[in-house]
Amino acid sequence: MYNGGKILFGILIFLALVTFPFYNDIGKANVRPEPKINTPEIQKLSEKQCVESQAFMKANHMTLLNEWRDSAVRGGNRTYVASDGKKYTISLQNTCLRCHSNKKEFCDTCHSYAGVNPYCWDCHIAPKGAKK
Amino acid sequence: MSINRREFLKIVGASAILALGGVAIADGIDKDNLEVSQFLPEPGALVAGKWAMVVDVRKFKTEDDYKRVINACNSIHNIPDFGEPKDEIKWIWTDTFEHAFPDEYEQKYMPASLERMPFVLMCNHCDNPPCVRVCPTKATFKRADGIVMQDEHRCIGCRFCMAACPYGSRSFNWRDPRPFIKKENPDYPTRTKGVVEKCTFCVERLAEGLMPACVEASNGAMIFGDLTDPNSEVRKALSSNYTIRRKAELGTGPNIYYIIGGTDNA
Repeated sequence: MYNGGKILFGILIFLALVTFPFYNDIGKANVRPEPKINTPEIQKLSEKQCVESQAFMKANHMTLLNEWRDSAVRGGNRTYVASDGKKYTISLQNTCLRCHSNKKEFCDTCHSYAGVNPYCWDCHIAPKGAKK
Repeated sequence: MSINRREFLKIVGASAILALGGVAIADGIDKDNLEVSQFLPEPGALVAGKWAMVVDVRKFKTEDDYKRVINACNSIHNIPDFGEPKDEIKWIWTDTFEHAFPDEYEQKYMPASLERMPFVLMCNHCDNPPCVRVCPTKATFKRADGIVMQDEHRCIGCRFCMAACPYGSRSFNWRDPRPFIKKENPDYPTRTKGVVEKCTFCVERLAEGLMPACVEASNGAMIFGDLTDPNSEVRKALSSNYTIRRKAELGTGPNIYYIIGGTDNA
């Protein structure tokens, strides 16, 4: 083999670089995102309950928001009847964000952890006043 | 191990029941909470068979009358002011008689005051909207109540609608509008770069039981109502006044009517 030493050395460097993300993370705890719900509006609620159950919202809030969007914009129906029978006005800015006024600590923690980049905020105005 | 016919049928039957049960359970899970029937119209919403507007040109006397109406819309809907006519975003605006009603302008002997005065213009929410026909994504569509609605979520910014609209009612966001909004209304979204926008007859206000912002600010110079209801304010205004519409000869069926006065206005 010509230049065997150099080739082997090169392969070693290549392997070291390629596997860097793996050995770099060994032993480090995978910190889970903790979306915070301690906004003043939520503190005021006697029963801390979103429009649907927490498990449902965690898994399906994007589907719910899409349905809300289509219902309000295209269907013209702006009232949502939750599974517990309570009625909510369909509005991202005026219903969701009234309680969840802490976009940074609530929306962004999970979204940046999961590497998703929803474009809601290109148009919808994130609350600025109540930064907690 | 061999099984006889009887045992085989038992197993088949039992598995069929189990499988159906599983499907039923899975169905229950899948449906979750998102049933179509769970979306209702707002309780106090204003509804109509067909929305229309009558603009009483005689009641626009001073510059302030125009400004008040236009500013009401601009401030509520977060409309930016780029300070550059080429980038202008307009939902409601003014133009001369010649530009607003080019076919009626043929005759040269109209009152000079009328010729010079500005006319309040906006989306005509046509019966047969050309913008809706050309939109490739159905981002703009006609609602059952006649409103030509714009769904910014779907708009891809192709601007076919702008080419199709004979009234110039549509504006394109060439730039990010956010820095150019004087005072953001936190209750209403802004738009983003690359989408088309226009007057929506204030659907968000109608849903709350409110009149469109311009109508509210006009002190009676603009009348809004249901064209299919013979007792509505618009029908009363239309039956007692001669009105014209913009470029009705194009067959778009515009729904903004203008009461044009004589020399007593302006």
